[in-house]
Amino acid sequence: MAGKKNYGQIFTKGLIKENPVLRLVLGTCPTLAVTTAAINGIGMGIAATVVLVGSNLVISLLRKVIPDRVRIPAYITIIAGFVTIVQMLVKAFAPAIDAALGIYLPLIVVNCIILARAEMFASKNTVLPSVLDGLGMGAGFTATLVVMGAIRELIGAGTLFSLPVTSAFMDPMLVAILPPGGFFVFGVLVALANKLAKRMGKKPVEATGCAGCPAAGACSGQSCPSGQAGKEGDAQ
Amino acid sequence: MSTFITILLAGILTDNMVLSKFLGICPFLGVSKKTDTAVSMSLAVIFVMVLSTAVTYPIYAYLLEPNGLAYLQTIVFILVIAALVQLVEIVLKRLAPPLYKALGIYLPLITTNCAVLGITLLNFTNGYTYGESLVNALGAGLGFMLAMILFSGVRSRLEAADIPESLQGLPITLIAAAIVSLSFLGFAGIVQA
Repeated sequence: MAGKKNYGQIFTKGLIKENPVLRLVLGTCPTLAVTTAAINGIGMGIAATVVLVGSNLVISLLRKVIPDRVRIPAYITIIAGFVTIVQMLVKAFAPAIDAALGIYLPLIVVNCIILARAEMFASKNTVLPSVLDGLGMGAGFTATLVVMGAIRELIGAGTLFSLPVTSAFMDPMLVAILPPGGFFVFGVLVALANKLAKRMGKKPVEATGCAGCPAAGACSGQSCPSGQAGKEGDAQ
Repeated sequence: MSTFITILLAGILTDNMVLSKFLGICPFLGVSKKTDTAVSMSLAVIFVMVLSTAVTYPIYAYLLEPNGLAYLQTIVFILVIAALVQLVEIVLKRLAPPLYKALGIYLPLITTNCAVLGITLLNFTNGYTYGESLVNALGAGLGFMLAMILFSGVRSRLEAADIPESLQGLPITLIAAAIVSLSFLGFAGIVQA
């Protein structure tokens, strides 16, 4: 599919055109949970990118070896292996980030983005495009998390990367860093992304069904009651 | 006994899995369009959650921890949950076809549901005993169900509403979720966990 396709394009599509969070609506749980501060976004983004690149690399190498029927368990095992490595590294070298991310660090295993990219991209492409795809998707994920973390931190705590910005002259609105603020800011960002996409002649994201589900590509709609058969996979 | 009740209520109301811990957002947004599918999905989640807690707790406490393999927690848990879900699917199909019909299609979705893995991991972060972990899993599952049912009601209202174009679909769903989540903030402090 990628064939001789421009490698640069594979990398950059993850940033804007196919931004995993705002356009593909993958990985909503960590997006909402860790973005109470911009710095958490960086930590989570980098951790997920490392796992994404590693798993994409290994899965694309093994794509002819892994039998089709057991590919999902095989992918999950590979991903879980990388997550464990990242978990140990973060614990050892950045304990503060480990404390801030808490259980969301091991939960990268079930982050929809990683399994979805394994299924949609790495299992069908050679090593180099798969790694670039992982890097691009990871960068898009990180960028979105940082933007969202920055917005919530600025409104909710009046700081940016822990530096005081507006806290000197106005009271922060605490609700922005509480759970409702997460849902609200994310909703507004998706609406904004839809608006921009429409201006550029693209369809807005409407899928809250299968596309948001990690098993979308795998189940091809059989287990999805809403019946939006894995169309993200086909769109590839 | 009172600890059990506290944990149960905390799981349902104050520490609601979906609305305050952001676990299981995918099914919360994806399967909450109709109340009946929301209920079936929630039942499947409760079932798998309690079962995986029942199985992963002894594995961690008696196998991984004593042998210094605690770092394998994530990888072992996800594989155990995946195997368990498969097993449950096969058993239900043979022994309880009506139940399989009701819950079956949701089971594969649950394997990679962050809520199930999240709860099994949280049991150890919170230092619960075996009994407390089971109650915690039940409470979290019931909390998920409550959020799903409430939200499916909200969504059926949204269907009929006149929504600005850019906000249609996912954005308005998220903003509605924000309001539901805001109402759950009101439970804060009811139970001291």
